[in-house]
Amino acid sequence: MKEKTKLLILVGLFLMAYFIPWAHPVIRQSGLEAFMMLQEYAREHVLTCLIPAFFIAGAIAVFVSQASVLKYFGNQAKKILSYSVASVSGTILAVCSCTVLPLFAGIYSRGAGIGPATAFLYSGPAINVLAITMTAKILGWQLGLARAIGAVIFAVITGLLMAVIFRKDDLARTGGQIHVPDEDDTGRTLFQDSIYILTMVLILIFAAFAKPAPDAAGLWPAIFAAKWYITIFLLIALGWMLKAWFTKEECVSWIDATWGFMKQIFPLLLGGVIVAGFLLGRPGHSALIPEQYIQTLLGGNSLWANLFASVAGAFMYFATLTEVPILQGLLGAGMGKGPALALLLAGPALSLPNMLVIGGVMGVKKTAVFCAIIVVMSTIAGMLYGTFVV
Amino acid sequence: MEIKILGPGCPKCEQTSKIVTEALSDTGVEATVEKVTGVMEIAGYGVFGTPAVVIDGDVKCVGKIPKKEDVSSWLTK
Repeated sequence: MKEKTKLLILVGLFLMAYFIPWAHPVIRQSGLEAFMMLQEYAREHVLTCLIPAFFIAGAIAVFVSQASVLKYFGNQAKKILSYSVASVSGTILAVCSCTVLPLFAGIYSRGAGIGPATAFLYSGPAINVLAITMTAKILGWQLGLARAIGAVIFAVITGLLMAVIFRKDDLARTGGQIHVPDEDDTGRTLFQDSIYILTMVLILIFAAFAKPAPDAAGLWPAIFAAKWYITIFLLIALGWMLKAWFTKEECVSWIDATWGFMKQIFPLLLGGVIVAGFLLGRPGHSALIPEQYIQTLLGGNSLWANLFASVAGAFMYFATLTEVPILQGLLGAGMGKGPALALLLAGPALSLPNMLVIGGVMGVKKTAVFCAIIVVMSTIAGMLYGTFVV
Repeated sequence: MEIKILGPGCPKCEQTSKIVTEALSDTGVEATVEKVTGVMEIAGYGVFGTPAVVIDGDVKCVGKIPKKEDVSSWLTK
């Protein structure tokens, strides 16, 4: 950070401390909401949802071979495979925007071309494990599922549209040698790796299992009653697998990767929750921004509300996972479910800084088309979801 | 000798350049180290994953932080 930036930040903080009327009832209420929302996250979501999700993300980063996926992005790869792999590879590859942009540039200029590259660019941030779990846990499984399915379908359609619109440019690309990360021989079978990651996903599901409605009968209350026994059993199984299949160094690098994600994401999330709580408040409680503004702009399921949510999402920058508390606040203040999905689909994949970098890679015209496709599709998906599902 | 470290500037890339600098001082090899941060420039090397290390035009490692012993062996070869 430059010394000038530091000075500007300090001056900004000073002006805030000096001029904000902290004693005003609305500001007091908003400040209280910020910490109440933080406490809700600490009590409800951190231990049972976020921590297991971080361990899963760490395991995927360390143990799932990137090389096995990347070979489908070469210029010789079959097109169908490139698209299908690109649309789901976000779960494996894109835990950090550091990986996404260079890889995107590589696929675009030297590999499988503009279609798979844009499909990957979209799916990357949109469907990573952490984002989908958080969405499902905090905003409800319907929205989480809609987000996951929407992201995969969008990735394929966006890629295909880009490839068709710009097919002439694609032919003029230069081929050349490409280098993918080396494949490490781990001595484990794919089956063992899958069982290991599956066990962790099950731990996450059971530990976060929500209390069923009081009048529900049959399977759900039974699972809920047994959830801690199941979780403990799964933890023991996980411990056995670690001991039997993994070396000590592998466990250490797993913990390292997990810790790396925690360090990177927790501070951002902390800031996001506090800001969302301060501006919007918990559901049912009002804070700084009056609820009628949000209801007018984003309430219901009109074309205008969905379009506004898509465009706002496209330009706004969401640090990893902060879209979830912000949406929670917005939904609580009266945003419609349709516009919420529109924002989730357009938001994390696009932002103003991100557009500038993409523009540097593929030019202004293609970037504009890419963004337009996503905004239009998000609006349509939002309207469909709002009409048929809710 | 000409060493290029490819990566947009994430913590992993910083660590890679630290390891390369250490390996250089360990082996006493004279070399210029250049950080390549432009995404298109990185893609120009055909590299699918960062950080990557390029020595005299040869791509030595892609998508991970190299070990110091490995870097030393590339330098002295």
